Parts: sequence; C-alpha cells; structure tokens
Amino acid sequence: MTAPALVVRDLSVSVGGSRVVDGVDLEVAAGETFALLGESGCGKSMTALALMRLLPPGGRVRSGSVRLDGEELLDLPEYAMRGVRGGRLGMIFQEPQTSLNPVLRVGDQIAEAARLHDPAADPRRRAVELLAAVGIPDPERRVREFPHQLSGGMKQRVMIAMALAGRPRLLIADEPTTALDVTIQAQVLDLLADLRRETGMAMMLITHDLGVVAESAGRLAIMYAGQILESAPVGAFFAAPAHPYGRMLLAALPTGERRGGHLAAIEGRVPSPDEALQGCRFAPRCPQAEARCHRQPPDWHPVGPGHRVRCHLWAQGGHGAHVDVPVAKGPGAEEGAAAPLLETQGLQVHFPIRKGLLKRVVGRVRAVDGIDLHLDAGRTLALVGESGCGKTTCGKALLQLIRPTGGRVLYRGRDLAALSGRALRPFRRELQIVFQDPFAAMNPRMLVGDIVAEGLVAQGLAKDRAERRARVAELLERVGIAPEAAARYPHEFSGGQRQRICIARALAVEPRLIVCDEPTSALDVSVQAQILNLLHDLQTGLGLAYLFITHDISVVAYLAHEVAVMYLGRIVERGRVEAVLAAPLHPYTRALLSAVPEPDPASRRQRIHLEGDMPSPADPPGGCHFHPRCPEADARCAREYPPLRTLSSGRVVACHHVPDG
Amino acid sequence: MSAYLLRRVLYAIPILIGVNLLTFVLFFVVNSPDDMARMHLGVKRVTPAAIEEWKRERGYDRPLLYNERGEGLARFTDTIFFQKSLALFRFDFGTSDSGRDIGYDISQRMWPSLAIAVPTLLVGLALNVTLALTLVFFRATYVDFWGLVGLVALMSISGLFYIIGGQYLVGKLLHLVPISGYDTGLAAAKFLILPVVVGVVSGIGSGGRWYRTLFLEEVGKDYVRTARAKGLGEARVMFGHVFRNALIPILTGVVVILPLLFMGSLIVESFFGIPGLGSYTIDAIQRQDFAIVRAMVFLGSVLYILGLILTDISYTLVDPRVRLE
Repeated sequence: MTAPALVVRDLSVSVGGSRVVDGVDLEVAAGETFALLGESGCGKSMTALALMRLLPPGGRVRSGSVRLDGEELLDLPEYAMRGVRGGRLGMIFQEPQTSLNPVLRVGDQIAEAARLHDPAADPRRRAVELLAAVGIPDPERRVREFPHQLSGGMKQRVMIAMALAGRPRLLIADEPTTALDVTIQAQVLDLLADLRRETGMAMMLITHDLGVVAESAGRLAIMYAGQILESAPVGAFFAAPAHPYGRMLLAALPTGERRGGHLAAIEGRVPSPDEALQGCRFAPRCPQAEARCHRQPPDWHPVGPGHRVRCHLWAQGGHGAHVDVPVAKGPGAEEGAAAPLLETQGLQVHFPIRKGLLKRVVGRVRAVDGIDLHLDAGRTLALVGESGCGKTTCGKALLQLIRPTGGRVLYRGRDLAALSGRALRPFRRELQIVFQDPFAAMNPRMLVGDIVAEGLVAQGLAKDRAERRARVAELLERVGIAPEAAARYPHEFSGGQRQRICIARALAVEPRLIVCDEPTSALDVSVQAQILNLLHDLQTGLGLAYLFITHDISVVAYLAHEVAVMYLGRIVERGRVEAVLAAPLHPYTRALLSAVPEPDPASRRQRIHLEGDMPSPADPPGGCHFHPRCPEADARCAREYPPLRTLSSGRVVACHHVPDG
Repeated sequence: MSAYLLRRVLYAIPILIGVNLLTFVLFFVVNSPDDMARMHLGVKRVTPAAIEEWKRERGYDRPLLYNERGEGLARFTDTIFFQKSLALFRFDFGTSDSGRDIGYDISQRMWPSLAIAVPTLLVGLALNVTLALTLVFFRATYVDFWGLVGLVALMSISGLFYIIGGQYLVGKLLHLVPISGYDTGLAAAKFLILPVVVGVVSGIGSGGRWYRTLFLEEVGKDYVRTARAKGLGEARVMFGHVFRNALIPILTGVVVILPLLFMGSLIVESFFGIPGLGSYTIDAIQRQDFAIVRAMVFLGSVLYILGLILTDISYTLVDPRVRLE
C-alpha cells in the first residue's frame, strides 16, 4: 500500500448526547477507492461529516485524530479548515436534487468553488473545463443553466465538478448514486473511477449497496451501530466474510438462485445510538452470539493480509458457523391457469398539457401508452423500468386510482375502466396496493388499528367492534407485528415494521391481487429480506397474485415469475423471469441488466454503456423510443416503431433486430 | 406569460362583481335608503317629502336589486345596485352622499396615507430581516432563545397598546412630538415619526418571527451543506446562498401588499388624526356614507388583485424555476 492519504484513528462523534460514531479507525491510500459500507443509521455519513468538520448542530467530535497527508485536521482553526474543505478534501452528497442551490446558475456554483481554491485560474473558464471533464455535453451552454434544467444524473455530475474544482486529494462520496437509476448509476460510477485514475486522488465511497462496493471499491470496512466490525480487501470479503454480520448481509440479498426459498433475513433492527451496549454491538441480532458476546466488547483479530475482524467467535478459531440458506421450494401456483386474473389491453394513461389563454390541450404526456399485461392468480408479474418510465402510473391505473384514458383493464373478465363509483366498489376489495414509502403512506394521526380496520369498515366486512378488533389482531400477527401495536401510532415503528403494517392494511379486505409499488426500495438490505420473505409466505399461504413494480433486478430474480420491461410508457420485452434475465433480447433490457452492479467482484463484466437520459414522455423520439440511446440502432429504428412480436419461445419483444424464432 | 396575465385580469371581473354585491347586501341589511336620508338630513327637518327628495337626488329612489315594474333587462338594470355599480367599473366613483367628489378626495388623501405606510414598510422590512438574520446566526444559543421569547411577547401585545402607549410616553411625558394631527409639506414630518415608529414596533414580533422561520428552514437545506463543503465562510453562505433563497417568500410577501399601501391604515390614521384614506373610510362608515364605503371597498379589492398579479410576476423575476403559463 502506498502512503495513506487519510488516516483516521479512534474517531468518536456524539450528536446530542448519543454516540453515533465510536472509535473508528480507517486508512485510505492515494489512488484507491475505499468503501464504507453500512445500513442506514450506522454512522457512516456522520463519520464523513466529521472528517469534513461539517457535523450538524449538536454534533461534536469527542475524541480521535483525522490526518490528511499527515496534517491533523481536528486541530486546525476554522479559517484554515475552510481552505481544506472543498480543496484537498472534497465531498459529494446523496441527493443531487436538493444539494444544488436552486436559484444560482450551475456555472456560478462551480466557479465559486474554483475561485476559493484555485485563485490563479479564471473561474468561469474553470467551470466550463470542469463540466467538460465530468462528461456534460455542450458545457459552454450548460454553465448558464439552472439546476432544475438538468436531469438527476447531470446534477450529480455538476456536484462532482464542484468537488473537483479544488483538485482534491480525497473525495468523499456519500451514497453518490442511491437516488439515481441503474443506467445513470453506472455512468456516474464509471466517471468517478476514470477521474480517480486520471487525478490519482483517493476516494471514500459511502454506500449501503453491496453491488456498488463489489464493482467499484478496492477495500471496504463494514460499519454497524457506530463501530467498524470488519475491514478487508473487497475480493477477500466477498470470497469469505469473517464477521457474522457480513455473512448475513450477503445471505440476505435476493438472487435468482434463492427463488422459492427464504432469504436469510437478519431478525430485529439496528440498535439506536442512545442504547447502551456493553458487548458486541451485533450480539442482540447474532444467531451465534454467546454469553461473552453480550458482556465484553470484542478485540480486532487478523484474518488475512489487510483483513481483520472484530468478533469473539473468530478468536476461537470457529470460522463462524455457516449461515444456512434453506432452499425449500414453496408450492406456488403453476402457470397455465384457465383464464388470467387480470389482463390489460392497450392500457393508456395520457395527461394533457394545457397552454394559452383558454388552456387548450397542446400536447400529451404519454405516461402509459398502450400496454398489454396479463397476470394469473397466485403468480407474480414484475414491471421493471427506470424512474419516469410510467410503471407507477400503470399500477395506479390498474386499480383505477388514476382513470385510464384508453384501453381496457379486465379483472376476471370485467372491464374495470368502464365501471365507476358504486359499481367499482366491490372490486376495491379484490385489488389492493402497497406503496413505496411506508413513512408517507399512513395517516400519522390515526392509530395503527384504525388504519388496518379502515378497509373492513369501508367494505362492511366486520359486524361489530369486537369482531373488527379480533380481525385486526389476526392481521397484525400474520405480518409479524404484535397485536398490541393496534393502539399505537405509525411514527412509533421502524421502516420495516411500517411496511408490514401497510401490508396488513392491504390484506384486511382479503384481496386476490396486490400491486406492490417498490415496497422495499426505502428499506435496508436486512429489512428488505424480511419483507420479501413475508410477501413470499403470503403468496404461498393465501394464493395472492402480485404486480411487483420495481427497478431492482435482484428482487425480480428472487420473487417474480414473469417480467415486463417498460421504457417510456411501453413494454419493450416480456417473458418468464429465468429466460429474460438469462438471455435478454431487447437492447434496452440487455443494457439495464448489465448496469446492475453484482455483489461479486469476480464477475465484473463489461457494461453496455447507455449515453444520456431517458427522453421526456411528452415528446418521445420518433421511430423506436429507444433508438437515440441504442447501440444497435439503424435508419429503420429511427423511422418506425417496432411492433410487439411473440417469438416461438413465448417471449414478447419489440425490436427490429431480434430475429424470429 | 401575456396570456396568463390576461386570464388573471379576466378572472378579476367576476371577483369584483362578487365583492361589490357582498358589500351592497351587507350594507343594506343593516340600513335602508330611508335611514341614510334621515341620518344625512339631521333629526329636525325630516319630512317624508324631504326624504324622497334626498333619495331622488342621489339615485336611491329605485329598488335595491330587482325592479318588479321594469320591462325585460330593465328589471335588473333599473336598480340601485346596477346603476351604482356600473360607474365603479369605469373607476368613476361619483360624488359622496354628502356631495363631495370622491375621486378628488382620494387623490388628495392618498398622500398622507403613503407618507406613513411606505416608511413603515421599508424600515420594518430592514429591521425584521436584520433581526431574523441575527437570530439565525446565533441559532441554538441563548441569544436565539431569548430573542424568540422577546418576539413572541411583542407579538402578543395588542396593536392598540403600542399606539396609546407610544402617544403617552413619547407625546405626553417626553413631549418629543405632537400626539396627533397633520400638516402640509415638510412640516408633516414631526406628525409622521410617531405613527411610523409605532407601526414598525408593532410589526416586529410577527415579522421577525416569520422571517426567522424562513431563514432557519433554508439553513437546514442540503444545498447549504454543499456550500459549506466547498469551504465557503459563514458570511458567504448566509448572504450568497441562504439569503437569496429566503428572499423569495419575503419579497413576494411584500409585493402583495405594495398596492394596498395606498389604502392606509384604518386604526393608525384615526388614532393619530392623519387625513389619509384609512380615516376617510372609518369616517364614511360612521356617517353611513354608502358611496364612499363602496368606492373604498372596490378600490381595495382592485388593488389586492393587482398585488396578487404583481406577486406572480415577481416570482418569475426572483425564482428561475417559476414560469407563468
């Protein structure tokens, strides 16, 4: 290892009395990418902010040392620290949407940083150079634009340009791609890797995504409840994680091989930082914990070169018992049921764009533009696509939460789009929805019991209060929540528990189909596994059908039977999950799958690069919607939209270049 | 944008008709034209003939809203409401029930109103913004805490107390300025100081607290963290980033009341004896002079609508994300 650019020793940070970072040691060498991995609330962002000395009000560094190129940062006076911040030490943040000042031009925001740290250069020229360096086309024009005129990926590039203005020795990237789509994530990660190679800067990548770590980091440290549990070279960690937590995180990932079985979910949740813990932080959730683990904090033990772990069990030479991953195939309904439960024919949702004095309709946003789907009872159809492709609108249109502007939604042969008001009501019982954000999906002023019971009341399913209460208790128990929870408010529960309550609410009216709109994307990996297990059990137990809306391919591989890939309001490919994921036919599906980071550093593959962003559904490109970004496009693709063809394998695909058969 | 503005102006017409109708109905629920005539003629000389004569001279001899004896459209047009409203839309306010030219009165009396309202607004704005910025700079310290307590206390005291207290302390005990009254030209200055000071002080509580909230909200946002991560100093962060964003709601809040400054303040003007439009309105209400009341309410609504349109335009000037379409 070359001389470390950053050395952190025994760093402890408290925020308002609770110790969020506790004795962290880490080193980042010049030119390497070091990943700090952990679930939400583990203290990884607080560590980064402490390095920048940008802790929120009430936060302070209690002890420790932070040395950048040998210089102690914690002892610097504030004015000297300002020279380091944004200079030798750059940082980019998770939300490019909110991290740029909305009223200033992006060029001015970059020039501001350049002026501070690079006074010799002309700041305006620097801004243009930097925008070009981060791969923004036409930088001369872009410097004069405001953040809202740029897409999410472009904004993150502007953030990176801003951090580069000071020619940093170390760039801290705090979840730089979490808010972005996979194809854009791939672009940004590639850009960061290129910049690191060109400038020789060190990079500290803070993330919760094991796939991102495997694809882009050299070394990693796993953080849990304010402490580092294991630090290792990426290859060694993914080959044989030494700490039970690391092993369980890997086992909790949904993959195609784990289909039909249970994921090894980690029970419980991350302890809150104000809980006093004597022994190992992970002991309460560790299935192998011994009495000693609860009493005595473990020491560091070497595992291999550059690989060490903080676990009592390792010291005993027990290389940690194996985490068993049961692969018991559930019954699961077989395909080929007589009639589909739900079918859409040419489903269309167009939103009008109105302009002018009389608000005439001058155009349409074609959010959903002619979609055919079908879903059998007891099975799962995944609807996959990047944000803005219309998948959520499609899910809402199925339930008539947004009325379709064209096409039919046939539920057991009845066209829901033609029904309204009272006639639609009985069908509300059959079709339910679980939303993405369990924090926003429940009325914060209502008791959990009332939330769950609301459907029972609306559909007249419970005769009296006693029956209703019994039913609510039964439902909560079914999703793994204690029945006493009925008398509490949503804010008293964690994200995973809230999502369970949302599922209980949907189950209350005994639906046959549940639309799951990204139900796990707001949750941590270990909690996501709990929810996926629950959804899997409910399907086998109750014979539910799911329309699973997601952008996460690994969840699709684990849970779904069929998959439909959506691009700009239309289905581009549809088929059985194993077949589509193993051999995608449409160029977009291929690019989407290749952009997904695999949690296995051995399988770093060649990515298919997609240039640019998804176009606006108000003004889709002529011909095939995908042709401006498609590596295989030719003149014909620019001219005519390819028809959706059913191949002899049963696969449905819309591309001129896919041969028949 | 021009289509948007034109549509807003067209929307204003039904609003003004509604406001006018409501003022009319409210006024004549408690009054009748006969009451008005008796009030104006005085108690002694009232004869039925004199009342009829008074009503006929001023056009109050028609039915209020609906004329049963009329033909066709005349059933609606030959009424007090229609006859009196039509002129208003041409901004022809006519003569008051006591015979004065309302348009002339307004053009005379708006200057004293502005002479109080404009300095009160500007000084108050500068003071409140400075105060709020100071509190936000010292956020989460005792300065902020006690500052906020002080603002809430100032806000909790009735505006009337500031007027009477100010007049007693400054005018009566200290003899610094006259208690009330008005003069023309520069001589008016000594009569204006006290009402302006009282107006500013009574606004500090709510204004300062509101601006502090706006600044605090901005300070907590992600882009401020980005600005700090660049290595910018606190002053640059505050004025270069926070201030510009917090200014958007502050500026638009000010723009909406700009046109209403012409209307003056009902309470301050009557307490300090300022011959502005505020005291004009109060006096007219007391004398049951319907022509003036209606003209002032109409003018107020027009100016308020104008203020809202100006607010929309000002948004497009200060916030690059907003476009009027």
